[in-house]
Amino acid sequence: MKKKKVWKTKSSLADKIFVVCNTVFLAAFVVVTLYPVLNTVALSFNDGIDAVRGGIHLIPRKFTLQNYKTVFNQQNIITGAYISVARTVLGTILALATNSLLAYVVSRKRFIFRSQLSLFWVVTMYVNGGMIPTLILYRNLGLTNSFWVYIIPGMIGAFNMLVMRTYMEGLPDGLEESAQIDGAGDFRIFVSIISPLCKPVYATVALFVAVGQWNSWFDAMLYNRMASQYTTLQYELMKLLSSVMQQSGSANPGSTTAVAAVTPVTVRAAATVATMLPIICLYPFLQRYFVTGMTIGSVKE
Amino acid sequence: MKAKRISWKEIKRQKFLMVCTLCFVVYGIVFYYLPLGGWIMAFQNYKSRDGFFGSQWVGLDKFKFLFSDATFIRVIRNTLAMGVLNLVTTFVMAIVFAILLNEVRLAMGKKFVQTVSYLPHFLSWIIVTGILHDALSSSGIINELLVKVGLIDNPINFFAHKGYFWPIVAFANVWKETGWNAIVYLAAITSIDPSLYEAATIDGAGRWAKIKNITLPGIRPTIMILLIMNIGNVLNAGFEVQYLLGNGLVKSVSETIDIYTLTWGVSQNDFSLGTAAGIFKSVVAIILIVAANQFAKKTGDSRLF
Repeated sequence: MKKKKVWKTKSSLADKIFVVCNTVFLAAFVVVTLYPVLNTVALSFNDGIDAVRGGIHLIPRKFTLQNYKTVFNQQNIITGAYISVARTVLGTILALATNSLLAYVVSRKRFIFRSQLSLFWVVTMYVNGGMIPTLILYRNLGLTNSFWVYIIPGMIGAFNMLVMRTYMEGLPDGLEESAQIDGAGDFRIFVSIISPLCKPVYATVALFVAVGQWNSWFDAMLYNRMASQYTTLQYELMKLLSSVMQQSGSANPGSTTAVAAVTPVTVRAAATVATMLPIICLYPFLQRYFVTGMTIGSVKE
Repeated sequence: MKAKRISWKEIKRQKFLMVCTLCFVVYGIVFYYLPLGGWIMAFQNYKSRDGFFGSQWVGLDKFKFLFSDATFIRVIRNTLAMGVLNLVTTFVMAIVFAILLNEVRLAMGKKFVQTVSYLPHFLSWIIVTGILHDALSSSGIINELLVKVGLIDNPINFFAHKGYFWPIVAFANVWKETGWNAIVYLAAITSIDPSLYEAATIDGAGRWAKIKNITLPGIRPTIMILLIMNIGNVLNAGFEVQYLLGNGLVKSVSETIDIYTLTWGVSQNDFSLGTAAGIFKSVVAIILIVAANQFAKKTGDSRLF
C-alpha cells in the first residue's frame, strides 16, 4: 500500500512508459496463451463442413453438438477414457502411498541408513538405462501389453520423494519424540502424526502425479501398442491428430504413413477439448499446491 | 555430526524403517538400476531369442556404426541445437515474464495473468502440438494475420520448410512452460528484502534501475541452480514435440537422438544400436551437468553438488 503511494507521487515519464509497455506485453501474453485454446473450443462447437471455410475465431459460426456426439460414439475413445481415469486414480493413490512412506523413512534423522537410501534415490534422477533396456526389462517382467505398466514402473520417483522429504524435515522433531515416548512405532507415527500434517505437500505431489498420468501417451504407444484394450485417451487423441499432421508434410505421396481417413478439424477439436476439460476445470483451484511444490522442489535439490 | 553408538536396541527399534528400506531398494534396483545392466547390449549383437548371455559380442562395432552414420551425426546436431535453443528461449522468457509480472501493482490483474500462464503446462504435448498445428496451418490464425497485414500473399506451409522447424519447437516450449518456470523466480523475487527497494526509491531509482540492480542480482542464485539442472536435461528435451510435429519433409532437421533410438531400437528391432545411442546420450548428459557444476563452482555461484 505504502509503496503504491510512493510510486504514484514519484512516477516519472520513464516509469509511465514502462507501465504501458509492461501492460501491453502481458496482455499480448494472455492473448497468445488463451487464443489457441478458445479457438479450439469454438471449432469443437462448429459445423464440420462450415469450418472448412475458415475464419472461425472465438465464437462458433454454425453451432452444433454433432462433433461431441461423434467423439463419444467411438468405442476406442470410450475405452481410452476409462483407462485414463483408472490409471490416474490408481496411479496417484499408489504413488502417494509409496513416495510418502519413502520420504518418511528418508527424513528420520535417527535412521542409520538415512543418507545411503537418500543417495540411492537421488542417483536415479541423473542416470537411467534409456529407452531400449527399459523396454526389454518391462517385456521380461511381463509388464508390456498390460495395464500395470502405467502404474508400477513410475510409482516412486526421486523428485516427488524429495519434495515430500523436504516438507517432513521442516516439521518439529518434538512431535515424533513425544509419540515415541508414548510407545508409538514408526508405522503409527507415519500414519497418525506425520501424514495428517503433510496434507499440503501430499496434495502437491498428488497433483503432479495425476497430471502426469492423465497426460502421458508415450507409454501407451511404446508398451501397449498391441493391446487396444489398454489404450489411453491421449494416445487415441494422438492417433486422431497425427493422421492430419502427416498430411501437411505430404508433398511426398509415397511417405511411410498410411494416411487414415482424415477426421474433420471440428471432431479433432471436440476430442481435444474433451481431453483437456478435466484439467482446465481443476487447475485454477489447485494453484497454491503446485506453487508450494515447485518452490520446495527447486530450492532443495 | 554427533558420534552415536548404534545399539542392537536401536536397530530393533528401527525394524520397520529397515523393512521399508529393503522394499524400496529392491524396487529401485529393479526399475532404475537393472536397466543399466542392459547397457551390455550395446556391445553385443543382441537377439531376444539368445538373451544377454547367448548373444554374440561385437565390442565397439555398434558405436563405430553410429559415428559413421551421417544420420546419427545430424541427429546429434539437431538434438543439441534444439536443446540449446529451447533452453535459452524458455529460460529468458521465464525470467522476463516473472520480472514483468512482479511489476504489476494491480493484485487482481497479476493473479489473472498468472493463472492463465500456468494453463499450457497442464496440457499434454499431444494437445499443444495439435493446437499449434491448427494455428500454423494454411487456414490458421497466423497465416490469416500475415496475409491481412500484407506481409505475405499466400499462406505459408510452416511444416514443410526446414527453416521454420527449430523456431516452431522453441516457440512451443516457450508457450507451454513460461508461466510454469516463472513460479520459482516469482518466489525468489518475493524473498528479496523490500527495504532494498525502498532505499532505491528514496535515492530516486526508476523501475529499470531497480530491476537491474536489485531484482536481477537477487534472483541470480536461483537462476544459476536452475540453469545447471536444466543443462543436464538439454538432450532430454528432444523428443515429444519433434516426434509429434515432425514429418517427412523436415526429417533432416527434426530427428533427435531419442527418435533415432526409437526408430532403430523399436521399429527396426536393432536393440543393440538403440541402446548404444541411448548410452551416448546418457554419457553426454552427465558430462554436461558435471561441467556446468564445475563452472558454477569457479564463478562462485551456488551449485548442485
